[in-house]
Amino acid sequence: MTHRFRDLLALEPLSADELTFLLDQSKPFQEIQRHPLKKLATLRGKTIALAFFENSTRTRISFGTAASRLGADTMNLQAEASSLKKGETLLDTAFNLNAMKPDCFVMRHSASGAPHYVARHLDIPVVNAGDGTHEHPSQGLLDALTIRDRKGKISDLNVTILGDIQHSRVARSNIHLLGKFGCRFTLCGPSMWVPRELEKIAPGTSIRCVYRVEEALEGADVIIMLRVQTERLHEPSLSVGDYILGYQLNAERLRIAKPDAIVLHPGPMNRGIEITPDVADGPQSCVLEQVTNGVAVRMAILYLLVTGAAEDGSHPAIERPVLHNRRATDKTSQSKDS
Amino acid sequence: MSAAEIDRTLQRVAHEIVEKSGGTKHLALIGIRRRGVPLAQRIAQAMRGIDGVDVPVGILDITLYRDDLSKVAPQAVLQSSDITFGVDGMDLVLVDDVLYTGRTIRAAMNGLFDLGRPKRVSLCVLIDRGHREMPIEAQFIGRTVQTSDTEIVEVRLREIDNEERVMLVDRKE
Repeated sequence: MTHRFRDLLALEPLSADELTFLLDQSKPFQEIQRHPLKKLATLRGKTIALAFFENSTRTRISFGTAASRLGADTMNLQAEASSLKKGETLLDTAFNLNAMKPDCFVMRHSASGAPHYVARHLDIPVVNAGDGTHEHPSQGLLDALTIRDRKGKISDLNVTILGDIQHSRVARSNIHLLGKFGCRFTLCGPSMWVPRELEKIAPGTSIRCVYRVEEALEGADVIIMLRVQTERLHEPSLSVGDYILGYQLNAERLRIAKPDAIVLHPGPMNRGIEITPDVADGPQSCVLEQVTNGVAVRMAILYLLVTGAAEDGSHPAIERPVLHNRRATDKTSQSKDS
Repeated sequence: MSAAEIDRTLQRVAHEIVEKSGGTKHLALIGIRRRGVPLAQRIAQAMRGIDGVDVPVGILDITLYRDDLSKVAPQAVLQSSDITFGVDGMDLVLVDDVLYTGRTIRAAMNGLFDLGRPKRVSLCVLIDRGHREMPIEAQFIGRTVQTSDTEIVEVRLREIDNEERVMLVDRKE
C-alpha cells in the first residue's frame, strides 16, 4: 500500500504503517549505493534547495549526494551566507530561494518548528533536516533502517540512549519512531541532561530515566550514543573528566548490554569522550552503516516527496493554505494563519 | 490463451532462447517486475529440463527509470531489483509479459546499463501487442496479437493472480 507525503517535518505524527513504508522504500536506494553507476535519472531536471540555516557538514553532504544520485540539481545555502548576516528574515530567505523555482526545500534551523513555519508559506515539499531540539526525521529513519538490517526488526527492542537527551532532536526522533513499534527506552546521562519529564514525551511508549550507566546498559539491544557538545559541559559542574568517568561507553560497560547489542552514533563522534575508540571501531558499532543508509533514506525521502506531490498541489492528508505573494513582514496577514 | 497454451508457449520460447544463444555459459534471464518475474523463472525451469542447463534469473524493478513518474497516481511503490550476478560480458534476455509501447523496455535497459556492460541484451515477451513508440523489438515472442488502442491485454499468472490466462479486454465497456 502506498502512502503520499507532502512534507517530511516530523516522525511523531506518522503512523507505524507510514514509517514502515518509508523504511521499505529506502531499500531499493540501499541497492543503488552498491552499483558501479550510482546515478539515476529519476529526478533529472528537478532542483532541491538545501537551506542550512544552522551549520551541518554530514547531513548537508548526505542530502546533496542523495539529490545528485537521483539526477537532481541542488541549491546550496549555508549558515555563513552573508544575506543571513545582513539580517534577512527566515521567510524572506525562503521566498527568495523559492522564487528560483526549486522542487523541494530541505532545511535545517536552530529554532524548533522553523520548518513547519516555512512549510505553511511554500507551495513545494519541505524536508526537516533538523530543527532546534525538536526532531531530525531523516536521522531517525536511517537509525531505524540500520537497526532493522542488523537486528532483523525494530519492534520490541530495549533501546538505551546515552548522553545529552534534553537537547537532542535525534533522541526525540528515535523515540517517536521506534516507540511506535513497541521499543522500550532507557534514557541515561547526567541529571541536568535527562530531566524526568522526558518519560512523558511519547504517550504509550515505555521510557525511563536512569542516571547510572551500568543500570542503563543492562539488557540493552540497541545503544544510541549522543555526541557530547563540549560547549555545554560548562553547565552545572560537570567536567569532561567526570563525564567520562560517569557515562563513557567503553568495552567493559558495553559487555553489560546483551552480547549482540549494537551501538549507534549520529556523529560526529568525540573519540575518547562519550565513546572509546575500541567500541567506536568494534564489530558492534554501526556508525558507518548509518552513514551509508543515510544517503539511501534521503534518496527515498526526496523521491517520494518530489514525485508524490500531485500536479494541482493537492494531498489528501494535509490541507495547506498556500500563502502566495505574502510579504514576510506583513503582520495582519500572518495573524490569519491557524 | 489458456493455462496449457501459456505453458506450451513458454516451453517453445525456452527452446528458442537456448538454440539462438550459441552457448548458455554467459546466458541470464532478467524478469521485469512484476509479471516478467514468474515468466523468467518458468523459462529458466524449462531450460533446466532441456539440457540440464542452469541459467540464473535476476529481477529488475524499473520504477526509478520510468519516464512518467510525476504523472503516475497513485504513486508507484518501489521494490528492489535483485540481480546477484555481474552483468559485464553477459548475454541477457529481458523477460516481460506484454510488449506495447516499448517504454518499459527502454527503462529496463537504462537499469541494466547502470549495473555494467552486458555483451548482449535481447527481449522475450509472452505477448507482442504492437503500437510501439520506441524503436524496440522482441527477439523471442510468445504470441503476436493485433490490438486497438482501446483494448487491454490482461495477463494473469498463478504466482501473482492465482489464475492463469491471457485475455483481450475492450476498455470501452
